[in-house]
Amino acid sequence: MKISLHEVEHVAMLARLELTAQETEEYTEQLNSILEYAAILDKLDTSEVLPTAHAVPLNNVMRDDIVKPSMAVAKVLANAPDAENNFFSVPKIV
Amino acid sequence: MDITAISAAELHTMLENKTISAVELAQAFLQRIAQVEDKVKAFVTLTEEMALDQAAKLDKKITRGEKLGPLAGIPMAFKDNMCSEGIRTTCSSRMLKNFIPPYAATVVERLQEAEAIVLGKLNMDEFAMGSSTENSAFFPTHNPWDLTRVTGGSSGGSVAAVAADEAVYSLGSDTGGSIRQPAAFCGVVGLKPTYGAVSRYGLIAFASSLDQIGPVTKTVRDNALVLNAIAGHDPKDSTSVPYEKPDYTKFLVNDIKGLKIGIPREYFGQGIDAEVSRVIQKAIETLKDLGAEIAECSMPHTEYAMPTYYLIAPAECSSNLARYDGVRYGHRAENSEDIISMFRKTRAQGFGPEVKRRIMLGTYALSSGYYDAYYLKAQKVRTLIKQDFDRALEKFDVLLSPTAPTPAFKLGEKSTDPLAMYMSDICTVPLNLAGLPGISIPAGYAGGLPVGLQLMTKAFGEGMLYRVAYTFEQNTDFHKLKPNLTAEVAS
Repeated sequence: MKISLHEVEHVAMLARLELTAQETEEYTEQLNSILEYAAILDKLDTSEVLPTAHAVPLNNVMRDDIVKPSMAVAKVLANAPDAENNFFSVPKIV
Repeated sequence: MDITAISAAELHTMLENKTISAVELAQAFLQRIAQVEDKVKAFVTLTEEMALDQAAKLDKKITRGEKLGPLAGIPMAFKDNMCSEGIRTTCSSRMLKNFIPPYAATVVERLQEAEAIVLGKLNMDEFAMGSSTENSAFFPTHNPWDLTRVTGGSSGGSVAAVAADEAVYSLGSDTGGSIRQPAAFCGVVGLKPTYGAVSRYGLIAFASSLDQIGPVTKTVRDNALVLNAIAGHDPKDSTSVPYEKPDYTKFLVNDIKGLKIGIPREYFGQGIDAEVSRVIQKAIETLKDLGAEIAECSMPHTEYAMPTYYLIAPAECSSNLARYDGVRYGHRAENSEDIISMFRKTRAQGFGPEVKRRIMLGTYALSSGYYDAYYLKAQKVRTLIKQDFDRALEKFDVLLSPTAPTPAFKLGEKSTDPLAMYMSDICTVPLNLAGLPGISIPAGYAGGLPVGLQLMTKAFGEGMLYRVAYTFEQNTDFHKLKPNLTAEVAS
């Protein structure tokens, strides 16, 4: 076993997903089979290999610092599940 | 031939000669959609009125004698992960079921500037995660060649609409094969361009270092025409590459004499269906007869591409999809006492099983204590896979393989076994890791189902792919066969 039921619960919390008991069990089983499959990568010695994050390397893409108009607030809020006084509204945090 | 079966290049001439008006053409497609869509189910959203309005405006221009661009008046559709301003964009997810983007993706803007007629938005695996379009939160799309089979995925709607003549062409997106694999399953031409050749601005992100938008068409020429319109640097996408964009139609020559084509033997191993193998071997013979120099080669890290992909893509997905929290747009769960439970319930309700599975896998691979073992390890193996391509492409102009290990499988056949489903991308995934371009073209049939041939080459070598694909197409008849949807009894 690469990953336990308890770890799956922890990962679900990190990922901000609420899982049912049945989903937790299913994902434990499925993640284990995927991770076991991924273990074939351990056959390769990569101690001297540099990682690739992007296939086409482009660094520090800059543009001139010119002010451009932003999207109108009403347009931005149009898809909000809940909004008030030009703000997004959410349940009480503190 | 039915007007809906004709290529963009030929329709352009008909519009110019006034053999048909843009409105008549749009109406022909809306009729075709009305006729076959209940069987195929390619569209999530239809934009009939908008299409007819656009066409009417264009007809006025034609009457005034204004010059028509090559894609003006040609009816098409977008995969539903490309933001269209004012038109619902769902990613085939409950999370974005009612999302109306306040801006347009660069590709949408460019095709609107080219005066394309937009018929609607196409079905897909939820958030482009899947290989069969069965992960759509709304409904699966059916393969026009056999309605009991999948279209492949994730751009299932994009290929089915083109194969069923519901659109002249479409755009799809390809993260691990999501244009090429379904193009093979449905017998159309699908290109995954070089990473950075087409802007991703407004493409709803899945795995940002792998995602790339590309054209799905009926002919190789149409593919080049659409790439002409959508490719090129975009300052709104910082990973878009500033490169000299050629006229891709210039590469459409019926001549491959002396070109070197490499056959990586690792793509013909375990899991490749015997019938698929037979079709591809025959295609290789055809290319040889046409004057190409064919030789076998080895890409020894190919077997590591799948596990590498299934660590990197979910890791990037878990990070990208963190934005769906029910605060700014998309679904929000009702009646949550506090913010954390709102996040967790919103995401539990908004995402389907495959998306959750990948978020879980990716979160785990990036989490403290496992990052080096999984994510960093996969990034290092990614380097080795890329080096395999670099080495092979020093010797060859093009590499050739099957696009998918099997023809289209049955709906429901693999939907309960994630690993079995993942394996249908075994021939397409390596190329995304290397960031290189690849094309799938119709190469023959196995048991009445289309088989796709994949060609791969160096970064920004799309022209070379088109040259080989065009030559193959001009000397074979596979692209001329059509599924018969109107005579078939709906199943």
